[in-house]
Amino acid sequence: MNYAMVLYVLGYICNVEALLMLLPLGVGLLYGESVGGTFGLTIVLLFAVGAVLTRKRPKKQTFYAKEGFVTVSLCWIVMSLFGALPLSLSGEVGSYVDCFFEIVSGFTTTGASVVANVEILSQNILFWRSFTHWIGGMGVLVFVLMVLPMAGQSSIHLMRAESPGPIVGKFVPKLRSTAILLYGIYMLLTVILIILLMLGGMSLFDSLIFSFGTAGTGGFANYAASVGHFGSAYIDWVITIFMILFGVNFNVYYMLFFGHFLQGLKNEEMRWYLGIIAVSTAIVTLNISHLYDSPLTALRYAAFQVSTIITTTGYATTDFALWPVLSHVVLLLLMIAGACAGSTGGGIKTSRIIISVKSAWQELRHLIHPRTVTRVQLDGRPVEEETRSTVGSFLTLYALIVAFSVLLLSVEGYDFNTTLSAVLACFNNVGPGIGLVGPMGNYGFFTPFSKLLLSFDMLLGRLEIFPMLVLFSPSVWRKSR
Amino acid sequence: MKVVIVGNGKVGNSLAERLSSEGHDVVVIDNDPDNLKNSDTRMDIITVLGNGVSYTVQLEAGVPKADLLVAATPSDECNMLCCLVAHKLGAQHTIARVRNPEYAQQLVLMREDLGLTMAVNPELAASKEIARILAFPSATKIETFCKGRVELCEFTVPQGSPLHDLPLSSLYSKYRLKVLVCTVQRGDKVIIPQGDFTLQAGDHIGITASPAEIAAFFKAIDLTREKIRSVLVVGGSRIAYYLTRQLLDMGMDVTVVERDHKRCLELCEYFPKAIVIEGDGSDHELLMEEGLDKADAFVALTGNDEENILLSLFASASQVSKTITKVNRTALLKIAQQLPLDSVVSPKAVVTNQILQYARALDNSKGSNVETLYRMVGDRVEALEFFIAEGFDKHSVPLRDLPLGKDLLIACIIRKGKVIIPGGRDTIEIGDSVVVVTTKPFMKDIHDIFA
Repeated sequence: MNYAMVLYVLGYICNVEALLMLLPLGVGLLYGESVGGTFGLTIVLLFAVGAVLTRKRPKKQTFYAKEGFVTVSLCWIVMSLFGALPLSLSGEVGSYVDCFFEIVSGFTTTGASVVANVEILSQNILFWRSFTHWIGGMGVLVFVLMVLPMAGQSSIHLMRAESPGPIVGKFVPKLRSTAILLYGIYMLLTVILIILLMLGGMSLFDSLIFSFGTAGTGGFANYAASVGHFGSAYIDWVITIFMILFGVNFNVYYMLFFGHFLQGLKNEEMRWYLGIIAVSTAIVTLNISHLYDSPLTALRYAAFQVSTIITTTGYATTDFALWPVLSHVVLLLLMIAGACAGSTGGGIKTSRIIISVKSAWQELRHLIHPRTVTRVQLDGRPVEEETRSTVGSFLTLYALIVAFSVLLLSVEGYDFNTTLSAVLACFNNVGPGIGLVGPMGNYGFFTPFSKLLLSFDMLLGRLEIFPMLVLFSPSVWRKSR
Repeated sequence: MKVVIVGNGKVGNSLAERLSSEGHDVVVIDNDPDNLKNSDTRMDIITVLGNGVSYTVQLEAGVPKADLLVAATPSDECNMLCCLVAHKLGAQHTIARVRNPEYAQQLVLMREDLGLTMAVNPELAASKEIARILAFPSATKIETFCKGRVELCEFTVPQGSPLHDLPLSSLYSKYRLKVLVCTVQRGDKVIIPQGDFTLQAGDHIGITASPAEIAAFFKAIDLTREKIRSVLVVGGSRIAYYLTRQLLDMGMDVTVVERDHKRCLELCEYFPKAIVIEGDGSDHELLMEEGLDKADAFVALTGNDEENILLSLFASASQVSKTITKVNRTALLKIAQQLPLDSVVSPKAVVTNQILQYARALDNSKGSNVETLYRMVGDRVEALEFFIAEGFDKHSVPLRDLPLGKDLLIACIIRKGKVIIPGGRDTIEIGDSVVVVTTKPFMKDIHDIFA
């Protein structure tokens, strides 16, 4: 383990976070709120820590997969620890554990909140909460890769550890250019969304909050009724479409923007993803049509809710906790499925599902024709055996973590719907579940232990399990290895 | 610059590594997933799996926008076809590795039609390098700069040499020759020496001077060996073929030992003047019979690296004054450098450097101004030739007043065709060519020499 290098990158992260906090600081000053004791203090603290850690570049700069995993998971924990400080110092959110939960939920783009009434929070806190979605959506280290001239060529390990999906590749040969392109596409889409929302009558502040939430597929809002507050069909549809767009693998946008138009449209994962959305929307629309006066309204609510759940955003236009069981089950399944790899969404990811479905199908064929030679393909290319087995172990760990978390959370004694959906909603970075943690409820009533457990689930979900588990495996920390 | 490399073998791989760390966008194509494994983790490049000849694969790798395509697959035909396709797709420059002597000869006919900018031949390049060393036996390695006006040569200071215990500052006063010691390898360390550095026997040093002064210098320090007249070559491979031709042209007596009967017949058809011997080159008896102890130089070119190393060590022990060893495997190359071997030549390294030089020159026309580049002392030192273009603001300043970096040395300045081996009073002027020797890799611009 190259501790010096890990600490160096962590120091860099602290500096970056301090810079990012200047934005909410500015918002606070603009609205005449006192931010000196909250953001001001945290920024000073972050710069101090950052300055100490980045004092000098470590001599040995070798960086392997192991360091990549450890750095990424430590970085997310450190960012959340510091990110929660302003909330805690302002005293508006509650205890430090509550603030930590809130900010982890922000960075992991979950959108689960402990705040009962968000409308009483000050503007700078609301802004920071939502801004963490935007940062966390594309990844902090991807951002750092854009600015930090990493020595050596192994910084791909950082990107592999942070970016979602079973196969992480680059668009262009240089990692740095790839990071710049990723953020470029991300920013472009976000700006378009901000403009479209403002055209729909939102104020600049509201459109920023909702754009951050949509782009990062997070789900924090500054109104208790979430998107439903506006009651506008235009805004509902714009957000629906953009949530779906942000759930698509960013590789597709690269191909669309840079001349591989047909290849982009042929992307297999995107086709499955859109197919799943279409089928689910149809089922939910039929299931809830009797609750609304026109089928078109039902379609609007169904499409919004399906896309908000599959992309793991977690906005609400209506209290879907009141919908029939069939819709609940569809939504819970979508929660687990999640968006495309390489997007800002969470969950298992469509490509993993495709690979495992195809592998299962292949096993079945093997039973019938024991001598057939088959190969799982994705986008017309063979999926490597290694990727397949990683997907398999990912799914196993996924199921184990859900089971274990549900077990621990059930100690609190809430009903089964609440317990299960709270774990799934946090682990998949969705936000609202059903039951007590439904779109109109919140997570404030859990004990601090459960909040920490759920925070950990959120981090596990965002970083796709392995990096966090690597952090806890003793062989990584042993000196001789 | 955007570079596409087809074939992730030894040449392809080390090219990719160098080019990507110099900041170029590198895409590597190979049709074997095992070859590509880990490449995109270890280096900042993209890999594409597929047949490099295929139009679709080349499109995926972005060949139409590439500045350079290097085809280095094991097959000549495949390489030439790759370049043809790439040329049709719009790649600016293409380099193919072509090893078959028959193809190499008729490339003159086909080059334009194939869209080839350059064909490289590892065996031919290696044989040229060997011939150069044999022409100048005191040095272990010789490079030329500035169209042959300056030579940079490496040799080991022998026991009892007058150079032993000599401070570099008194080198000029002792010999009155403008010779500059620019690299010293002592044990494991590579040093760019300053004036107060003292040489010792056993140091492997690199010097620059004009060819005439180098010859005079070798005479002055008693290092001149007799001109090589007879060479014993073991192994009748392609390198041996090229080498024999060149050595015969230089008027040397060549004896080639080859195991395969058919190959022996071929060789003696090509070179009636050479002595071709059928037999096992590792046979002690045979070597002695053919006068190993009387040969001036011994060249081990068998297909087996270990055998080459052993044979050369044996030849050195039998008082052959100059031995040259061919080593193919990169891993063995490092080990071979630790052994008391005279000169080691690796065709792959030679050809990699050749392509790299070309790529740098190409890049040069796009901003960077490195004219030529050589790697010395086991790739740990680079010698770069810069052209000083209009806009260099530190001209006419004496070198001793320039804020030069620590790990580099200005080895020579060429002004209007005249070689200046610089001292502290000399200056760099617009229009000069400057050779810089450095342990700091990846210099791109003359301004990089300043601390």
